[in-house]
Amino acid sequence: MTMVTVENVFGARLGSVVRRMTDKITAINRKYAQPRITMSRGVKISLLFLRLYLLFLVLLLGYKFWTLLR
Amino acid sequence: MDFRSTFFYKYRRFIKAIKIYLLLSGPGLIVMLADNDAGGITTYAVTGAKFGYGLIWFLLLMFPVAYVVQEMTVRLGAVTKRGHAEAIFDAFGSFWGWFSFLDLALVNWLTLITEFIGMTAAMSIFHIPPFLTLTVVSIVMLLMVLQGRYWTWEKIAIAFAVLNLIYIPAAFLVHPSVGEVLGQGLIPHFPGGFTGTMFFFLMANIGTTIAPWMIFFQQSAVVDKGLKEKDIPWGQVDTLVGSAFTVIVAIFVIVVTGTVLYGSEVESAAQAAATMMTTNPYLGTFIAIGLFDAGFLGAICISLASSWAFGEVFGWAHSLNLKIREAPWFYACYLFALVSAGGVVLIPGAPLVLITLFVQVIAVTLLPAALVFLILLLNNEEIMGEYRNTHLQNIAGATIVIAIIILSTLYGITTLFPGLIGP
Repeated sequence: MTMVTVENVFGARLGSVVRRMTDKITAINRKYAQPRITMSRGVKISLLFLRLYLLFLVLLLGYKFWTLLR
Repeated sequence: MDFRSTFFYKYRRFIKAIKIYLLLSGPGLIVMLADNDAGGITTYAVTGAKFGYGLIWFLLLMFPVAYVVQEMTVRLGAVTKRGHAEAIFDAFGSFWGWFSFLDLALVNWLTLITEFIGMTAAMSIFHIPPFLTLTVVSIVMLLMVLQGRYWTWEKIAIAFAVLNLIYIPAAFLVHPSVGEVLGQGLIPHFPGGFTGTMFFFLMANIGTTIAPWMIFFQQSAVVDKGLKEKDIPWGQVDTLVGSAFTVIVAIFVIVVTGTVLYGSEVESAAQAAATMMTTNPYLGTFIAIGLFDAGFLGAICISLASSWAFGEVFGWAHSLNLKIREAPWFYACYLFALVSAGGVVLIPGAPLVLITLFVQVIAVTLLPAALVFLILLLNNEEIMGEYRNTHLQNIAGATIVIAIIILSTLYGITTLFPGLIGP
């Protein structure tokens, strides 16, 4: 059984470009895997607030999209 | 020392200070005048036409708001030698890094489209077709960055920023009553009462004062310029002067439209310029040139903010001091932003109004995060050392950030659901 690779999907030339890009993104994720800032209570609360805020906005945008479709 | 010696000594010191300021100024002045971009000028023009001079006092409040937020980017850039995108990745990890970076890339690209819309609308008043405007603008913007020196780019940008002051002589052309401007403009009140429309306009004016790209742009510009910790006071003065100018220009736009178009239905600065063109061609020309320049200033800063962010995140060489062969991806990003955004404007029937509204909503998703990260970074002793926020700076910064988050969120919601807070 042949393994599905990026090169198989996108072709040799484009596949290598996509491969380089995914490798780069993986390297960035690895480099910044651990936040450097000390996770004090204030920082944790701020980040939690941001997550909830973004969730609220996503729900709002979703609701708007739903009302537009209706 | 006698009087003449003292005077000469102080004069020499003053001239020296001016010379150092001119050498070190730039990012603050440019970002603040670019803050009055095509969207900003439109907001002020419509505000003036709708409420006359009545909201000038509110714009004065924007002066400390703009300064407090942007000053923090100066310190952060000078101390960390990193742009805001890279600083977020480093401090908060890849999740928040990617979120901020991708959101910035999207909102900047959409905002760039609105700048091009403003420029083409302004030039169409002089019967210049959009294709020609976009082509010439793109070539000029490319030449500005390809000359290979940050310093040269900055001085050209400052020249365009100074052109933003064209609204000051424009205001003198309409002969406003100084007594009325001061009387109606400086006493805090809400003309026509605190209605839903009034609230929307207040939020729109705040929304134009602080935009996400400004934070990313100024921090990256401070790094590219090579400002060090010892230069921070000069960067602060630069930002202070820029903040003053941005409010002054906004007030003069309101004075112009508040004098000439008060009570009439105006939907954009381009429409205001076209209307003025029929009654006073000089005034119409000034307003149109100002709108074009506002769009141009916004475009050069926004496209650079994106290119710097791409370079920081992907680790590509990203400086205006580098040649194309030394930083090919940095310049490729810049070119792609110009061509793609310009291309959208030229598509027949493209939903440009929808894009303009969408920008406001998307910006709301990024601005709170960028501001919160800014405050957290500025409070981290390990990162900022002796340059971290003082208690007073934190009180001012936190108050402003909370107010901006609440008001910009309401602005985004009312853009999504018009009429939610009444007529």
